[in-house]
Amino acid sequence: MPTTPLMGAALHGCLAPLAAWGLIGLAGLLRPHSVRFVGRILFPLSALCGLALAWVGLTSLGQPVAQLVLPIGLPDLPFHLRCDALSGFFLTLLGATSVGISLFAAGYFRHGQGAAPGLLCLQYHIFLASMGFVLLADDAYAFMVAWELMAVSSYFLVTTQHRLAEIRSAGFLYLLIAHVGAVAILLSFGVLQGGSWQFTFDSMRAAQLAPQWATAAFLLALLGFGAKAGLVPLHVWLPEAHPAAPSPVSALMSGVMLKTAVYGLLRVTFDLLGGPLWWWGLIVLTVGLFSAFYGVIFGAVQTDMKRLLAWSSIENLGVILSGLGLAMIFHGLGMSALAALALIASLYHCLNHACSKSLLFLGTGAVLHGTGERNLGKLGGLIHPMPWVAWLMLVGVMAIACLPPLNGFVSEWLLLQAFLFVDTVPRPFVNMLLPVGAAIIALCTALAGYVMVKFYGIIFLGQPREPNLAQARDASRLERMGLIWLAAACVALGVFPVQVIGVLNTVSQGLIGTGLADPAAHWWLLAPAAARGAAYGPLVFLVVAAVVIVLTMLGVRLFYHRRVRRAPPWDCGFVRLDARMQDSAEGFGQPIRHIFQPFFLITRTLPTAFDRAPVYRVTVADRIWRYGYEPVGHVVRRLGDVAAVLQQGRISTYLLYSFVTLLVLLALVL
Amino acid sequence: MSPLALTTQVMEITAAIVAAPLFLGWVNQCRAWLQNRRAPSILQPYRGIRKLFHKDAVLAERASSLFRVTPYIVFGTMVLAAAIIPSMGTRLPLTVAADSIALVGLLATARMFMSLAAMDIGTAFGSLGARREMMIGFLAEPALLMVIFVAALISQTTSLAAIAERLSGATLAIYPSLAFTAVAFTLVLLAENARIPVDNPATHLELTMIHEAMLLEYSARHLALMEWAAALKLFNYACIGFALFVPWGLALERQGPAGLMASVPILALKLMAAGAGLALIETVSAKLRVFRAPELLATAFLLAVLGMLVHLLLGA
Repeated sequence: MPTTPLMGAALHGCLAPLAAWGLIGLAGLLRPHSVRFVGRILFPLSALCGLALAWVGLTSLGQPVAQLVLPIGLPDLPFHLRCDALSGFFLTLLGATSVGISLFAAGYFRHGQGAAPGLLCLQYHIFLASMGFVLLADDAYAFMVAWELMAVSSYFLVTTQHRLAEIRSAGFLYLLIAHVGAVAILLSFGVLQGGSWQFTFDSMRAAQLAPQWATAAFLLALLGFGAKAGLVPLHVWLPEAHPAAPSPVSALMSGVMLKTAVYGLLRVTFDLLGGPLWWWGLIVLTVGLFSAFYGVIFGAVQTDMKRLLAWSSIENLGVILSGLGLAMIFHGLGMSALAALALIASLYHCLNHACSKSLLFLGTGAVLHGTGERNLGKLGGLIHPMPWVAWLMLVGVMAIACLPPLNGFVSEWLLLQAFLFVDTVPRPFVNMLLPVGAAIIALCTALAGYVMVKFYGIIFLGQPREPNLAQARDASRLERMGLIWLAAACVALGVFPVQVIGVLNTVSQGLIGTGLADPAAHWWLLAPAAARGAAYGPLVFLVVAAVVIVLTMLGVRLFYHRRVRRAPPWDCGFVRLDARMQDSAEGFGQPIRHIFQPFFLITRTLPTAFDRAPVYRVTVADRIWRYGYEPVGHVVRRLGDVAAVLQQGRISTYLLYSFVTLLVLLALVL
Repeated sequence: MSPLALTTQVMEITAAIVAAPLFLGWVNQCRAWLQNRRAPSILQPYRGIRKLFHKDAVLAERASSLFRVTPYIVFGTMVLAAAIIPSMGTRLPLTVAADSIALVGLLATARMFMSLAAMDIGTAFGSLGARREMMIGFLAEPALLMVIFVAALISQTTSLAAIAERLSGATLAIYPSLAFTAVAFTLVLLAENARIPVDNPATHLELTMIHEAMLLEYSARHLALMEWAAALKLFNYACIGFALFVPWGLALERQGPAGLMASVPILALKLMAAGAGLALIETVSAKLRVFRAPELLATAFLLAVLGMLVHLLLGA
């Protein structure tokens, strides 16, 4: 397809940073063992590329759709690229998040962590660039190449410390489920081409599918992208792979890669299929709500800080998918203004989760470097030796817990507003179900607060649980800059929602034809449904809260003239206080284990009265793994054993096989 | 922004700050009478706060700055909440800052800071209190949101002032859904404000306490602010209840200054009735074991969801 140079201009702008990422990656091979070269030069350059990409993505939003054909790939199958508002938005997300992560990574990667820094740099940048290509691809072939490149490069990053058996198995599980998902996506594209055998997205848009085929394509896409997004029950790789990867990579995977799955689902349902049937939304909503709930309760019982965050990612992706499901229901029923509201809430949550979860993952990286410890049971009191990390992480924690005036709250607010329009839905049955959905979202948000208090309180507050924690080193300057970038993004997204929604409106208009009506009546006041009088002004909120707090401080200072003394903690007069008397991570999760017992597979080892060294141990396992995956694994192994009988290892036997096959074929032909 | 609206706003904030300890004193007085004790003066909470402001502050050696700023943040958020809740009039300039969902978020922020500060020193009591508070919180918050959703669906808005205004306009209509949610709200109020049957504000017994366990390490001005904030929280919850379930008597815009003047004694009457009712509930019920509290709050949650379904089924 010929394109005019003008149409390709925006795309060239997007391609340049991606190509630069590729080059930076290759440059890492020049001096693969030099931490200085890779860390001080290449990664900061990469952050600049991210900034450029975010800028190009943002400016492309208002422009017409750009298309381009790259003359690479197989003969007669060139790569088609296209940049519309949806791609532009996700490119901005990728670019902006990668700035913080790359800055942090510049100070993070050191020697002695498995692969050489230069090699890591190559894998890291291929990962970044492939995510960009996923967002730009405009035919199934280019999409699958980029998608697989993303999966494989991240697999190598996950298995950076490949000498540890558990990391190898985590990587394998990740690769396996990524490929199950990829097969489903491939099949979905196969259905989508609708008999034209043209695999460009343009021809898929043009294809008219019968409802049952459209449904098949949608379900396959949901399976494929759901596997990448970590939707329950395809979530099992996530709590294994995220902790195994180095922290900047966990941040990229959780913050950005999971969002490519959201992008893919949006692309297929709203763009390629030309809009969903309303009951598809019900499926997405149910899966999303269940994932959100399942993720958050499992997050609450984790004892490894990165695993806890991984479960929290499952929760957040569940929330995003619930918003998407709601948008599909509204859109399918022809209520496009409400669909826009739910869609914008969902996209907003994508941005929020990208910033705040990356921030938290990077923070765990700083903690890991400062202390060498990932187990919550061996941390504590780090706010004293690591004040920078602690205070910046507090922003991320509040954002994930959806507290005003930070960003998480804005998307929660928008989503709940969308849920509150249930009474206008013309299906009584849906009318009854949606309030329960709103209730589950409210419950998950409140539980997220619980998880985050546990996460933050146990790592940063209290007494250090190990003696060497007092000497922990705070984050280096580059690491700090990365954290500050992401924390600032969290605050900005929380305080200026109207501006963000102005941007998201163009995405919504491009995708479903409508946006929010007049979102920018006031630049400081978020009022998406002005007729209903629902309004939230985070800036006013923040300013008034700050003024009240400062006035209280001044008032107290004016009237209070007493001294402040430091003394040992009182603790009701108990004197021999030590670190083991605080709540452990297990202890903090205990109420959740108790209340939601049916969802967990709990094994307890209880001490008896006669034990010399009494041990109490409790492990919490995932029922889905035990009763879903392990039986399948057994069956596969059995089949493998049966097939192994054929393998004798003797050449004569194999010749016999060939001979028999030949005879059978001859018999068939003759 | 009209001068009347501004006056209402200022009066509401001042009234909340001043009257919150009085309301607590009134509840304590009623409780004492119901239990055949001689009641302390209604000013007793003030005396307590005054006494605390005259003492040297003792901080634990390990206390971080998070521990020191938390009392101010908690007090500030409670004052902000009082500014948003329509306790006297419905024309409040600050209601644009936050609707009822944001109000719930605001209360959650205060809870989170309090829990984090409780974990800061690293005592057994502190983390126990924090854990229990968050447990009660994650059960009570969705219930409260559902209660608010029912009122929001009835009045087609999430702004608390507008909800109160619309509900007070319909004097004769009776909403069965609101009856369910009123019960749910009462349970949430008891749990969130550390009252019997969930928590006992009068004891420091380790097996039972939640709220007090978090305050153990505070002293002097910090403790005074925390206590004051707790009183404000109770006052705020009472006013949320009034706005949702008995909104009559709030000054509407058309009533002018006279309406605002009339709303003050009405608020006082409502508070006296609510305080007496709270004391009665606390006297006739027994403290629950901590692990019974989730059942109580699950009941509240289900009642609120039921209220919503009733509303959607009956349209009322």
